[in-house]
Amino acid sequence: MTFKLVWENLKHRPLRSLLSFLLIAVPVTLILTLVGLTNGMIQDFQHRQKASGADIVVRPTNASAALNFGSANLSQGFVQFLAMQPHVKTAVGVLNHSTDLFLTIAGIDLPQFTAMSGPFQYVAGGPFRDRDDMIVDRYYADQQHLRVGDPVMLLNHTWHIRGIIEGGQLSHIFVELPILQELDSATGKVSEIFLKLDNPAETNAVVEELKRKMPENPIYSMEVFTSLLSINSIPALRAFTLVVVAIGVVIGAIVVWMSMYMAVLMRTREIGILKSLGGSNRFILSIVVLEALLLGLGGTVLGIGMSFGAQWLIHAFAPASYQMAIVPLWWPIALFIMLASAALGALYPGLTAARHDAIEALAYE
Amino acid sequence: MNSEGIIEVRGLHKTYRMGNIGVPALRGVDLHVDAGDFLSIVGPSGSGKSTLFHIIGGLTPPTSGEVRVAGQDLMALGEAGRTSLRRRTVGFVFQRFNLLPNLTARDNIAVARHIAGVPQKPDPRFEELLRFLGIAHRLDHKPNALSGGEQQRVAIARAVVNHPAILLADEPTGNLDTENSQAVLELLKNLNEQFGQTVLMITHNPEAAQYGHHTVHMRDGRIVERTSRGQQTE
Repeated sequence: MTFKLVWENLKHRPLRSLLSFLLIAVPVTLILTLVGLTNGMIQDFQHRQKASGADIVVRPTNASAALNFGSANLSQGFVQFLAMQPHVKTAVGVLNHSTDLFLTIAGIDLPQFTAMSGPFQYVAGGPFRDRDDMIVDRYYADQQHLRVGDPVMLLNHTWHIRGIIEGGQLSHIFVELPILQELDSATGKVSEIFLKLDNPAETNAVVEELKRKMPENPIYSMEVFTSLLSINSIPALRAFTLVVVAIGVVIGAIVVWMSMYMAVLMRTREIGILKSLGGSNRFILSIVVLEALLLGLGGTVLGIGMSFGAQWLIHAFAPASYQMAIVPLWWPIALFIMLASAALGALYPGLTAARHDAIEALAYE
Repeated sequence: MNSEGIIEVRGLHKTYRMGNIGVPALRGVDLHVDAGDFLSIVGPSGSGKSTLFHIIGGLTPPTSGEVRVAGQDLMALGEAGRTSLRRRTVGFVFQRFNLLPNLTARDNIAVARHIAGVPQKPDPRFEELLRFLGIAHRLDHKPNALSGGEQQRVAIARAVVNHPAILLADEPTGNLDTENSQAVLELLKNLNEQFGQTVLMITHNPEAAQYGHHTVHMRDGRIVERTSRGQQTE
């Protein structure tokens, strides 16, 4: 009966209920979008790394964090050295240059890269011909509305789109290694070296052997390297997520507080009626809190729906820069956060309602 | 007062505080009501009728004096005790009906049962009462779809659904036309006569007051006169 009473209250003022749902849905969407972006971009990065075809990654000595794209501190001489190691079939040095948070330009030696990853699947155009040529995947091409032959200004340098590929390997943007080294003042340097083995089953043994020979360098199997990439491995991202969650809690609590405070004011007389029937303070409080929890539940469901909308928007407008995953694991977390906010926000209006004097409440116009 | 009545009030005072000023509403009220009585309370505005009602109904505590309702000492009851009294011992009928606007008539009645902790199972006596009140066919309508008379009948049904010892009706015909007023008064009378329901009714209407076995007249926070039907001052 309590539920029915609360449900009828929500139905009685549908616009107010809908507005409350919507306002609670905003922080839910914010949280789920942030988490989805974080997860999506990490997953995308992992997929791209794995799709490179490499079995082992050799990192520069200063690469303490897994996500460290910008540095070019690995001598290119190591590429030849590593190529000669037992079981190493191909060694490919890549220079990364960040242009965005997760968007990097990869400077590659195309024949070597092809030997490791297999040939690019061209949607349009073809491989490098001139030193200013650029190959992009179709996501980046879509995002930037690029066609073969179009000029692109990046790193204060004008490039020309030579090929558009299906994508999925390592990066969204590829240029020739020497010119990127030149622009980065990193001649003879690479950011990381990828190794493809003749027998992937030997990966761990080769990693151990290389660690012995190059003790200063972080060396990982691709499996381990990609597993290092998580929210927890990026402290700033974890803090950012916590801040957004805290903002969500505050917004949710304020929305529910305002909504329930207004509802209690508008229902003063009804509270008086319930009290005249013997409704206890706890019963009155439970009605207000239950209504707030239903607002929290409805807002969360709407917020989950809106996160699908956010994913669609991101995919439509920035498919290369941002990848957003839907993370159902966070749905119950978002629900818990919003229910806690709603309960918090409902406490003061609920206690106000419970403390109403029955006679005054009954006389309320 | 030879035997213990269902309501026993002696030397009842009630003073409301308005800041630092005390405003006396009741100045020594004595009242005895036997179970099964139908008592009308009349008096001008500000005479203390409603305050007396509110105290007997457990909506507000007395300031001093003695008030016993169905054997319970209201001076000794805290807020929780008075809340409990409202659940099972008294039922209210108000001038403005005071139905919950979002609920159907049936749910308005069900809420009272729910609050009292009474299981929502068929109650033959109450079913009979619904037929008696003539609202059985209107139970699935919300208050805004009911006439004033129908709303007041639903309010009466809600007030008696938990079989309270006392029905407190505060100007139950104040918002009704003559025809509906008469119907409601007849219902209260029949409730009293057929079901033995003790009824206390506040009214401004002398004709309505005649429905009571007794009428008490209040003025300036005191009972100044008590008459029985067809009798002069007691």
